Amino acid sequence: MGKKQQELVIISGKGGTGKTSIVASFAALAGKCVMADCDVDAADLHLVLDPQVIRSESFSGGKRASVITGRCTACGTCAEVCRFDAVSFDGPSNSRVEKTFRIDPVACEGCGVCSWFCEDDAIDFGPAVNGEWFVSETRHGPMVHARLGIAEENSGKLVSLVRKEAVNLAEERGIGLVVIDGSPGIGCPVIASITGADMVLVVTEPTVSGLHDLLRVADLTRHFATPAMVCINKWDLNPQVASEIEEQACKKGLRIAGKVRYDRAVTKAQISRLPVVEYQDNGCSGDIRSVWESVSSLMQST
Amino acid sequence: MRKIAIASGKGGTGKTTVATNLAAVASRGSIRVAYLDCDVEEPNGALFLRPQIEEKRPVNVSVPGVQEGMCTGCGLCREICQYGAVAVVNRNVLVFPELCHGCAGCWMVCQTGALVESKRTIGRLEMGRADKVHFVQGILNIGEAMSPPVIRQVKTSAMDADLLIIDSPPGTSCPVIESIRDADYVVLVTEPTPFGLNDLVLAVETVRMLALPFGVVINRSDTGDGQTLDYCRKQDIVILAEIPDDRRVAEAYSRGELACDAVQDYSAVFASLVKRLLKG
Repeated sequence: MGKKQQELVIISGKGGTGKTSIVASFAALAGKCVMADCDVDAADLHLVLDPQVIRSESFSGGKRASVITGRCTACGTCAEVCRFDAVSFDGPSNSRVEKTFRIDPVACEGCGVCSWFCEDDAIDFGPAVNGEWFVSETRHGPMVHARLGIAEENSGKLVSLVRKEAVNLAEERGIGLVVIDGSPGIGCPVIASITGADMVLVVTEPTVSGLHDLLRVADLTRHFATPAMVCINKWDLNPQVASEIEEQACKKGLRIAGKVRYDRAVTKAQISRLPVVEYQDNGCSGDIRSVWESVSSLMQST
Repeated sequence: MRKIAIASGKGGTGKTTVATNLAAVASRGSIRVAYLDCDVEEPNGALFLRPQIEEKRPVNVSVPGVQEGMCTGCGLCREICQYGAVAVVNRNVLVFPELCHGCAGCWMVCQTGALVESKRTIGRLEMGRADKVHFVQGILNIGEAMSPPVIRQVKTSAMDADLLIIDSPPGTSCPVIESIRDADYVVLVTEPTPFGLNDLVLAVETVRMLALPFGVVINRSDTGDGQTLDYCRKQDIVILAEIPDDRRVAEAYSRGELACDAVQDYSAVFASLVKRLLKG
């Protein structure tokens, strides 16, 4: 026995395979868990869990540079040292020069090199607000979620923060399980959501893209030594590719947690703002229930 | 050259389907077409366009390299680094390349030459042709966190073309910005569901912030509800196409076939979309 709280992360590689619908159903089936929506730049879990926000905080993951126009002497050092093409010579005039330098906040990587080398102390380098995070109550337990500001950086840091707060909350309330909704891809937010987690469930679909992306995610979970299982969603859309996925997953040492049939009720449930297992008992809901049972029994045995 | 980026907030709405079909259909006319797969974490365009890869190239980023025995322990490198990628212990400097953003601060402030610019490979580029389409894709190495440098490389490797199609990753954060920021026009692909709409709104905020002209393609338009259409009407957003759900298209997709080849009427859908996008 390690730590008391177990973390289950649902990711997919490819987007749109059904991660969030499955997480919402797991929340309903788990009885008691803390949910963490770590898909911070396109969070959707709140749409079906009706969270009541009880705490909200702003998030600063780094700093950002901006030119103090009045002090700029237009020497151009900032533009020379910037590696991110964030500095342009099109700022407003001041008492000394007709044009000043300007830093594009979207392109700025927050390295501060411009501010370090500016001899006129004309660059402000301070904390940037990159987003917000929330603690909410839902009918299935507490939830930690976030919203990364539009075009913001530091999604990995925000993911780590959401995860940490969710684990703390679980500890406070004596809840043993944290269910984490991850983001698509294999980059920084995904890495931040799976490192050190107890189990990853990869939700895939029976398409060549689903398979291709699953194999890259499988390499990622192995790279970070996180145990992983696979759920094949909408498996009956192409049973042939579905069995190919089972075969390839086995070769990668991944266990199949189960298959979920294609069911239009998933979209209808979403429109009714409900997890699909609460919307109907039959159809795909039965499949999701058995996936949940195999995931939770495997987690309890580890 | 006209640069069209295909993006979406939500994943799996049909970005790659739209991007690859547009490229294939456009290239059958008289214009030169290039397709750039900027979804470097999970590039899927090649599964549909099936290019002949003619050239592969590593993508390198700048990181500090340590010259042994030169460090005096002054600590300036650690002080300038915002990413925790440099540590100094006594007279030894340690670097953590996977945390480095390549800002060059540490080796610029180093007075003794203990840190110098060096290179690290984080992915690769593949270039070739798919029939008449000039094809470029970036592939991020497994375990690497930062995709924007790979995306930047993909974009600078594009050949001259009349129509450049950029297949963007999902979301609204830095990899998306890097992919779409210099496009002439952005096509946002969505589906008419609550998740699709929520993420479309975020994507619209993103392109508006970047001041890019854009329009929306509603995929699987006969599923879901009418909220997406209502939103687009209220916001005065151009709807470029509504593509109904079709089992034949979904099956073709699952096998890695282009919808325009598998289902006759889809060729016409994309041909009219190409015409509209070229007009500007």
